[in-house]
Amino acid sequence: MNQELTKKLAPGHTTCAGCGIPVIVRTILGATKDPVIVSNATGCLEVTTTIYPYTAWKIPYIHSAFENAAATISGVEAAQKALLKKAKLKKSAKGGSAFGGKAKLVVFGGDGGTYDIGLQSLSGALERGHEFLYVCYDNGGYMNTGGQRSGGTPLGANTETEPAGLDSFGKSRNRKDLMEIVKSHGIKYLAQANVAYPNDLAMKAKKALETKGPSFLLVLQPCTNLWKFPTSRYVRLGRLATETNFWPLYEIEKGNYVINYVNKNPKKVEEFLKEQGRFKHLFEEKNKKVIKEIQKSVNGNWKKLVEMSGSK
Amino acid sequence: MTNKIYKVKAMTGGTAAAEFLRQAEPDVMAVYPITPQTPIVETFAKMKANGKVLTEIIQVESEHSAMSAAIGASAGGVRSVTATSSQGLALMHEMLYIASGLRLPVFMYVSARALSAPINIHGEHGDVMGSRDAGWIQIFSENAQEVYDNSFIAMKLSERVKIPAMVIMDGFHTSHTVERMNVQDDKTTKKFLGDYKPEKSLFDFKDPTSFGFLALQNSYFDFKIEQAEAFKEALAEYKKITSEFKITFGKSYDYFEKYKLEGAEYAIVIAGSASGTAKEAVDKLRSQGKKVGLLKIKLFRPFPYDNLAQALKSMKGIAVLDRAISLGAYPPIYSDVVNALRSADCGLPVSSYIYGLGGSDILQDEIENVFEDLIKWKFSKEIKYLK
Repeated sequence: MNQELTKKLAPGHTTCAGCGIPVIVRTILGATKDPVIVSNATGCLEVTTTIYPYTAWKIPYIHSAFENAAATISGVEAAQKALLKKAKLKKSAKGGSAFGGKAKLVVFGGDGGTYDIGLQSLSGALERGHEFLYVCYDNGGYMNTGGQRSGGTPLGANTETEPAGLDSFGKSRNRKDLMEIVKSHGIKYLAQANVAYPNDLAMKAKKALETKGPSFLLVLQPCTNLWKFPTSRYVRLGRLATETNFWPLYEIEKGNYVINYVNKNPKKVEEFLKEQGRFKHLFEEKNKKVIKEIQKSVNGNWKKLVEMSGSK
Repeated sequence: MTNKIYKVKAMTGGTAAAEFLRQAEPDVMAVYPITPQTPIVETFAKMKANGKVLTEIIQVESEHSAMSAAIGASAGGVRSVTATSSQGLALMHEMLYIASGLRLPVFMYVSARALSAPINIHGEHGDVMGSRDAGWIQIFSENAQEVYDNSFIAMKLSERVKIPAMVIMDGFHTSHTVERMNVQDDKTTKKFLGDYKPEKSLFDFKDPTSFGFLALQNSYFDFKIEQAEAFKEALAEYKKITSEFKITFGKSYDYFEKYKLEGAEYAIVIAGSASGTAKEAVDKLRSQGKKVGLLKIKLFRPFPYDNLAQALKSMKGIAVLDRAISLGAYPPIYSDVVNALRSADCGLPVSSYIYGLGGSDILQDEIENVFEDLIKWKFSKEIKYLK
């Protein structure tokens, strides 16, 4: 494997075949040459990289719990400030520094750990203005525990805790607009990205890591196991999410919206849905209205985004 | 050489805690308000605002995040502290186990208070008793002076054995009551505490550490046994540190305080601020020629079973007064005392009393009556309520 890529997260982790999480981590962490410290919420990335006595992390790493990765990094950031202060004090006293450079602080959490259980600690850390990058890899559910519904699960998806059945078409609500929630904290840089567009992701990671104060990336991560599609279709499926405008690529920089990928003729959302087992039931006659509703919501969101970005 | 440069000051338990923190000057403090702990974080925040400490303060949005941030900072290899009470301690319950499991010496004050429901903001030990299996060193304080003194012992012990520590004061009775106390000089206190030198730190980029592993069936048990061993070590280290404390500050502290136990036939075991009232009761009955004494719990986790049994085994009968209720079971200190005696093959009769829940008063008369019950050999298996 490419040694440059695996400098921070080594091979030998145990993510599922066809999982894009390591790609997300490596792409983002590859966007800086500075030392990096990672805080990780409980979830797929955590359980697959730190099975005792092994660790796939070649950089300092901390996992403490599910809902508190942002609070944990707040403490790390405060420790860094304290150490920098001491180093400065020592430097002025003895002409030498006990503490080297400043590290980039990066959090990785899934959608369960971010949209749901970790939203409060994320909000607190954003409001306090700690300098860190929070990355939410969004696979649309609690995949580490077998595919339960989260606040990030899209409308109509069949999940273990809101399954499709005689009286149910699966998830009955649209997912939260996490980008708008994060944006409302007034942070300088946030962006929505997709693992199927690694160059775009790398560009955004670089900007996020250079931001003074908090920054945020919401990255789509198609889950082969629980979206139920063959691993060979992984990149294709990720791209379909963006080509249908289901998952637009955009940035919000100092409040300004920039769309990074504009479709002249966006594909119908059906193209994205039909590839996945989790939406299979929507193609039954009784559920077809849900597809229409999803398309309506995709169109509405896109229109709003275009308006916000001031483009046409 | 014993330090004699101390100042006499009027302080509450809360301000005594903040005064210790000013002298210890931790690198990071996570701050979140809750009655009756708030005076600690408020006093400290003012010290910071006036440039008296360099400490980085994080104004977190909950106690869960307070402990999470304290853990993050401690993993960063710096001295990290926080303070809480009651619902706050309950909210951070999950994180207490993670601080101890990661072997991080986080330091915390708890202004002990009742738990909801019904909501009640007053003193009792129900909150800290709920944390007694969380892998923390727990030290009870009788008054502001002990809050201050115990802090030195707890912080040093915690860092030496890599177990987080909580110094406990009674909500309001200690946290908000002004007392006369001695404050040591800054230089001596800083020297006593020394610099914190972590074994591992997130800021070590040459030899990076992963904190917070997934340990499966083949290793989790071993992690817990290691923690249990560390608690044994803590019991021994506590002795050493109290000796160091005596050398530096000229005061003797033991695992517990023995008050007129010598020659006593009947004893009360109690923890926290009500010990003062109980001592008054002992004095009065002693003056009447009654052979009574008191054992005040200080170090509660690890629990000094052997020493406690040795101190009590020559009594004729004992009463344990708990300021906590363990619904459906005997209360916590009672259970530990009975265990201590049993493991020393001592079959003394022991009565259980519960007092002061939700800040309700305990009067000297009531404690005298407990002694009278012991003397009249009125023992029973029933838990009695002093209210």
